Amino acid sequence: MSDLLFQGSLLAYVLTTAAYLVYFARRNKKMRRVARTMLLVTGVIHTICIVARYLEVGHTPLTSNHEAVSFFAWSITWGFLSFRWRYQVKNFGAFVTPIATILMLIAALSSHEIHELPPALQSNWLPIHASIALMANGFLSLAFCAGVMYLLQEREIKDKQFGLFYSRLPSLEALDNLNHHSVAIGFSLMTLGIFTGSVWAKQAWGSYWHWDPKETWALITWLIYAALLHQRLTVGWRRRRAAIMAIIGFAAALFTLWGVSYLLEGIHSYVG
Amino acid sequence: MWADSIMAIGVNHKTAPVAVREQLAFSGDCQTPLRQLQAIPGCDECYFLSTCNRVEVLFVSREQGNTVKAVRDFLFGGADLSEEEIDRYSYFHQGQAAIAHLFLVAASLDSMIVGEPQILGQLKQAYRDAAAENSTGPILNRLLHKAFSVAKRVRTETNIGGGAASISFAAVQLARKIFGELAGKRVMLIGAGEMAELAAEHLIAQGIDHVLVANRTLERAATLARTFKGTAISLPEVVSRIPEVDIVISSTGATELILRRDEIKPLMRQRNNRPLFLIDIAVPRDLDPKLNSLDNVYLYDIDDLTNVVEVNKSERAKEAAGAERIVDEEVLKFRQWLENMEVGPTIAAIRRQSDATKEQELAKTLANLKDLSEKDKKAVQGLANSIVNKMLHNPMLFLKTDCKPDEKRQKLAMIRKMFDLDDTPEGKSPKKS
Repeated sequence: MSDLLFQGSLLAYVLTTAAYLVYFARRNKKMRRVARTMLLVTGVIHTICIVARYLEVGHTPLTSNHEAVSFFAWSITWGFLSFRWRYQVKNFGAFVTPIATILMLIAALSSHEIHELPPALQSNWLPIHASIALMANGFLSLAFCAGVMYLLQEREIKDKQFGLFYSRLPSLEALDNLNHHSVAIGFSLMTLGIFTGSVWAKQAWGSYWHWDPKETWALITWLIYAALLHQRLTVGWRRRRAAIMAIIGFAAALFTLWGVSYLLEGIHSYVG
Repeated sequence: MWADSIMAIGVNHKTAPVAVREQLAFSGDCQTPLRQLQAIPGCDECYFLSTCNRVEVLFVSREQGNTVKAVRDFLFGGADLSEEEIDRYSYFHQGQAAIAHLFLVAASLDSMIVGEPQILGQLKQAYRDAAAENSTGPILNRLLHKAFSVAKRVRTETNIGGGAASISFAAVQLARKIFGELAGKRVMLIGAGEMAELAAEHLIAQGIDHVLVANRTLERAATLARTFKGTAISLPEVVSRIPEVDIVISSTGATELILRRDEIKPLMRQRNNRPLFLIDIAVPRDLDPKLNSLDNVYLYDIDDLTNVVEVNKSERAKEAAGAERIVDEEVLKFRQWLENMEVGPTIAAIRRQSDATKEQELAKTLANLKDLSEKDKKAVQGLANSIVNKMLHNPMLFLKTDCKPDEKRQKLAMIRKMFDLDDTPEGKSPKKS
């Protein structure tokens, strides 16, 4: 049942992305409304899919790569939708939805098998720690998109060659604000994720910090974003630099998610 | 045919030089020309538009020849032009061409700067004036409303008003792309000049907070500062005041550079890296071209801005093709309506509508009365037929009786509205309860 729902969500993501890209190309207002509605529907289907998976496997579905990446995509979608409450950023959807769709494809290609929960993961901290960490990734992806959009828009303004993006993307100021807000939320969640993780580690493994590769890389990622936020407040690392930092930080976050699990050995590695 | 009774006479920036147009300029009050037009025999409906780029009359007349002559005489009465010159400088459209002309004007496709938004407002004002004088009737009312909705359609479905079409607007548009909202931002004006002042005015209209004015002569700076309610500073102060401002517009006659990269670089830190938009409209240039390579500094010189405007203009020309397609479509729709504005088609439409209602109701009733014999069914049908025919008898008679042409139009328009035979001019939601 949850598999069927997953296929449905994947299809909904592909269609929504197509709708956003059509809106990007054609700038047809009707298409924009269609795309928004489709994304909302996609978000709802995906939520139902995750709940169904939860009922099927009997524990929080965040323990395999398939489950974690699907939840990652879900966080992006709802992070994006939560922003839409407060303000609109033109054509943000055309950048965000492809990323969510790619994640869903990765989730689709990884094993859907249901694992028995290893004893170390049988804890109430599992849903808390894992979901917060993945939601942090969701908002950091939004910051990444804002950074990419900023660099594209800035290049056209600096080079005075107005092409695809100048009229389609919002002002540099709006993109920088978007980057800042996304990083601020993502960073707070990440801090909370690391904190809950270390409390859980104390309970499960006896000490707060192990310098296990996942922990180390999470710390590196955290430091990148901490530097970005700090420098923004003190010496005004804004706009272009903030955009670049958000992109670098996102690469580090992805490495923490996958690189560590597949390339480096560690006690976190049973997630995969 | 009603279509051929719609006519437009006028001059615009394409057909006549300004020396001719200004002779036709009707100053201020628009009641007099409208009243004069209404007094022309055979001129059933009319409307009069006078802007700096065009003077034109749109009118409906069944008589044509004499009326056209009279309208023409009215329009060129005050001008010192020979018949031949009038022919050369003016245009005359009739029927479909007149409808298309109005739509093109409304959609700003006939403007000097294609896509500029003011014309629609001017058109609406002209219509309000005409309506106040009661000079428009059923045809022009509908035609003008249609023209407004065509203009709206063109604006939403094409990007005709997209890019800025003048240097000062291009500067404002760029500033908005860089800063988002311009409220609370500060501008520094170095040197004076028409274009610089125009750009400053546009920026102030967008909510700019404060203007600093620097000039070689402090006196000139002070005068300018007063007009913009800003502050005057001297030229040597310029660099040290850069950290306070967000936009700099420079247009001095100086041969030397006013701002250099090395002077601004250390100031960016002091500005906390807030972006700086530099506009250099001086020739030779005032601002160091290398400034553009600094982070968060955006430098545009006069050539860059001219390029932006040129690109926008060609973009608009491309969009105009799509807009003309919309106009053609709407002209056809309007013609369709005009053709239906005759007694014959109107009677046919009412009959069709009533018969459809009758059949629908009969089918509903007979479906519930299954026990009726064939004969009874016939009787019920007969009853329905005769009720419909009796009800329609008087309206039909009312339509068919002879009367003056303009009265007939009123009658047709009223009846068509009563039976809801047309879409509303906006083309949607005909029923408003």
